[in-house]
Amino acid sequence: MLLTVPASLSLLFAKKSVHVAMSIVTAMVGLATAYIALDAPFLGVVQIVVYTGAVMMMFVFVLMLVGVDHREDLKETIKGQRWIAIVGAGGLGIFLMSVISRVSLPLSERVMGDPDLIAGVLFSKYVLVMEVLGALLISAAIGALVMTHLPPLRPRHTQKDIAASRVKIGADPVNRPMPGYYARHNALDVPALDPEGNPIADSVSRVLKVRNQTQDGVEFRAQLEDKENPELPDSSEVERGE
Amino acid sequence: MLDLSWLLIAVPLASAFFLLVAGKRANKWGHWVGVAASGSAFLIAAIAFFQMMGLDSQDRAATVTMIENWIPGGELNLDAGLLVDPLSLTFVLLVTFVGTLIHVYSVAYMETDANRRIFFAYLNLFIAAMLLLVLADSFLLLFVGWEGVGLASYLLIGFWNFKPEYATAAKKAFVVNRIGDIGLIIAMGLMFSAFGSLDFATVFGGVSGASTAMLTAIGLTLLLAATGKSAQFPLQSWLGDAMAGPTPVSALIHAATMVTAGVYLIVRSADIFNGAPTARMVVAAVGAFTLILGAVIGMAKDDLKKALAASTMSQIGYMMLAAGLGPVGYAFAIFHLVTHGFFKAGMFLGAGSVMHGMNDRVNMRRFGALRAAMITTWVTFGIGWLAILGIPPFSGYFSKDKIIEAAFIGEGWQPWVFGGAALIGAGLTAFYMSRLFFMTFHGKARWEDDQHPHESPLMMTVPMMILAVGSAFLGLILATGDRFVTWLEPVTGHVEHEEPVLPVGVLIASTLILVAIGIVVAWRKYGAAEVPLEAPAASLITIAARNDMFQDSVNRAAFQRPGQHLTRTLVYADSALVDGAVNGTAAGIAKTGEVTRKGQSGQVRGYAATMLIGLVILVIIVVQGGL
Amino acid sequence: MDPINFVYLAAILFAIGSAAVLTRRNAIVAFMGVELMLNAANLALVTFSRIHGELDGQVMAFFVMVVAAAEVVVGLAIIVAVFRTRQSISLDEPAELRG
Repeated sequence: MLLTVPASLSLLFAKKSVHVAMSIVTAMVGLATAYIALDAPFLGVVQIVVYTGAVMMMFVFVLMLVGVDHREDLKETIKGQRWIAIVGAGGLGIFLMSVISRVSLPLSERVMGDPDLIAGVLFSKYVLVMEVLGALLISAAIGALVMTHLPPLRPRHTQKDIAASRVKIGADPVNRPMPGYYARHNALDVPALDPEGNPIADSVSRVLKVRNQTQDGVEFRAQLEDKENPELPDSSEVERGE
Repeated sequence: MLDLSWLLIAVPLASAFFLLVAGKRANKWGHWVGVAASGSAFLIAAIAFFQMMGLDSQDRAATVTMIENWIPGGELNLDAGLLVDPLSLTFVLLVTFVGTLIHVYSVAYMETDANRRIFFAYLNLFIAAMLLLVLADSFLLLFVGWEGVGLASYLLIGFWNFKPEYATAAKKAFVVNRIGDIGLIIAMGLMFSAFGSLDFATVFGGVSGASTAMLTAIGLTLLLAATGKSAQFPLQSWLGDAMAGPTPVSALIHAATMVTAGVYLIVRSADIFNGAPTARMVVAAVGAFTLILGAVIGMAKDDLKKALAASTMSQIGYMMLAAGLGPVGYAFAIFHLVTHGFFKAGMFLGAGSVMHGMNDRVNMRRFGALRAAMITTWVTFGIGWLAILGIPPFSGYFSKDKIIEAAFIGEGWQPWVFGGAALIGAGLTAFYMSRLFFMTFHGKARWEDDQHPHESPLMMTVPMMILAVGSAFLGLILATGDRFVTWLEPVTGHVEHEEPVLPVGVLIASTLILVAIGIVVAWRKYGAAEVPLEAPAASLITIAARNDMFQDSVNRAAFQRPGQHLTRTLVYADSALVDGAVNGTAAGIAKTGEVTRKGQSGQVRGYAATMLIGLVILVIIVVQGGL
Repeated sequence: MDPINFVYLAAILFAIGSAAVLTRRNAIVAFMGVELMLNAANLALVTFSRIHGELDGQVMAFFVMVVAAAEVVVGLAIIVAVFRTRQSISLDEPAELRG
């Protein structure tokens, strides 16, 4: 807890933003210990998990995205801003502290903030608030998605376009062959069979072929057994492209 | 017939409307319709006059209601009605008689003008509006007529509006008149607040209950209106330029009738002025000042019509002076108004005849010795000249001398100042009118090469002759036995005869002496001596008088420039403040947006910092126990 | 040891975590700061559960952990997606929301 204040001061004075982020993390941890000291263990753990773990990490992520080596010039550009900050914030702090000092609150019996007790209060007295907060979280998530959605720079390459481009160059307009209805695998290195039972060369990646990492996959071929007419040739004779 | 007095207004108005609407096909006979309308108005007025003569003195006022509940608004309930009493009937007779004569004159004078029909339409419109003005029984209806004559004046002055300066003169007349109209509107407002209504009966009945201050205010604002319409100081600047209109217009509107509307207003509101002696004194002062001003300007004008216009200004100053003297002077003001209507209209028609014979020139320096070429004009003009001078037994003597007498009645400095002004004015009048007469008709011929003066046709000379007869004898007829004063008594009130500060005989003698001096000086300078073709260099006053005492410059400096500055300031304030506020607010908000925009840096850490700070604040709040 | 001391620790860790979110340019390191903050909360929950003598605190801490995990998932997905397009996780580079 004693760390908290100096760590927060770095918020005002540190030049590199990552230093700031790290100091804030420290402050958060300090606050978490304070919560635990105040008989709120659940809250203290939640503080570390949510705030330090999620929120501050998000901050650091965005810092990385945005420009981690921004070295901020501590010179003030707006006239008088520093004075307003000192007077306003300092004044506010001093005023609040003076108000608090005039207050005398009788200390009550200690109630430990165990999760089950908190859950009891949460789901009885504040259940509506909790539901609303759930909705809030969802809308926040969607909002963030919408906000960061990049408008496509080029028109979307739809299936129609793919087929058209294939026809244009004279390639096979059909998709790469898939394993098929009677297949027993979808492995990459085993070729798929055409309707006559022959392997399709295109269904295996060229790279694998070059590397000789393909397999026959005989064991995967469909085994057809005509129980009524056993004379009919079974699929074992239909190997090798007949 | 008194009940049908509304026809007096309706007939010319309908004729005007008809002539305007009739179109080009009425061009051949439209003018006769105009003459007929004016003539029939005179007939109706004459019949009404004879009817009224048959009534007793007290019964001579009759009100004919034309439109009930004309203004039925809340506090102001007004009927539109006509008041037919001696004062209004005097005016009606004057307007219709002189008007009809001038209509006939215009048939010949405007013969060559293509828009003659429209001219007659406007003349009829004027007659209708003027009659409405003098017949109205409330100030509001009077105002309608007031505006109507202003409109007619504008239309007629600018009749030849293809000349820009004529159109500008019309606008100037209208604008200056408008300033006077504001006075009338304010007066009406004051009357409404003081008396509760605007018809004469209510207003004059309530005068005894109103305070002197209110009456003075009403009187002064009415005076402002009168100065605008009658071209008295300070709103006299439009009359000279109004001579841009055709001469019959100058004769009718700017000599005999419209410009006398101001005097009518003052005399009609006699009760108000009787209760406000200060206002009355201001009226007299304005009249006296304008009297002298008009005379001085008239002495230096070389333009025949403009000199006559200055003379009109001066004579109306006499009338204003008389009206401002109080009950002693009201009747004489109207008396002089009537006689002035005859001789001034006659002189204007004579001037038109001279212009007709001299290719529409007006520069007197190029006239001279027209006596031989235009005898009838010379005779009729001469009679008018003698009348205006106040030579007995012509009409001007009876009316003007009475005013001079009345001016000398009173106490303190007033009789000396006013009387002295009137006396000196008589002398100046003699001088400049004689100058005008001699420069035009006597002396050597100074004609230009293309001028062949000839006498005017009968249709023009007959009205002039009729007016000359009136100028000659009307004064005598009306003055015998104080007939006219008695006739007007129901309106102006009975006045005890008072003695002027100087004996009457002294006054008459000094007047005649001054007049004789004026004639002699004018003869020596302009009749016997050589008249220079160009206006010679002269003293400062003469130059000022030639330029109308720089009245336009004064108006421009005192009113127009400040007004323009004020407007510009208001426009600027409007765009800067009002628009600026709006634009500024918008810009401010935009700036705020700019500033807050910078807060969005797009940096994730910046947003994070904001979030943290918010969180801290929230925590503190929550811990402290709420906001 | 007095359980209350753990709450102090939780406070300190929370402060450090938030400072880290603000200061560091690396998206993931910043995300780790977020995780640290969640953990500090968890610690506090558990401590109080101990102090009160109930188990509810522990159950709640459990839920927190679940949710944190979900969150990390989505968060990192996002970071990855972003990285794909941008090729960087520096927090300074994407500035498209700039005003």
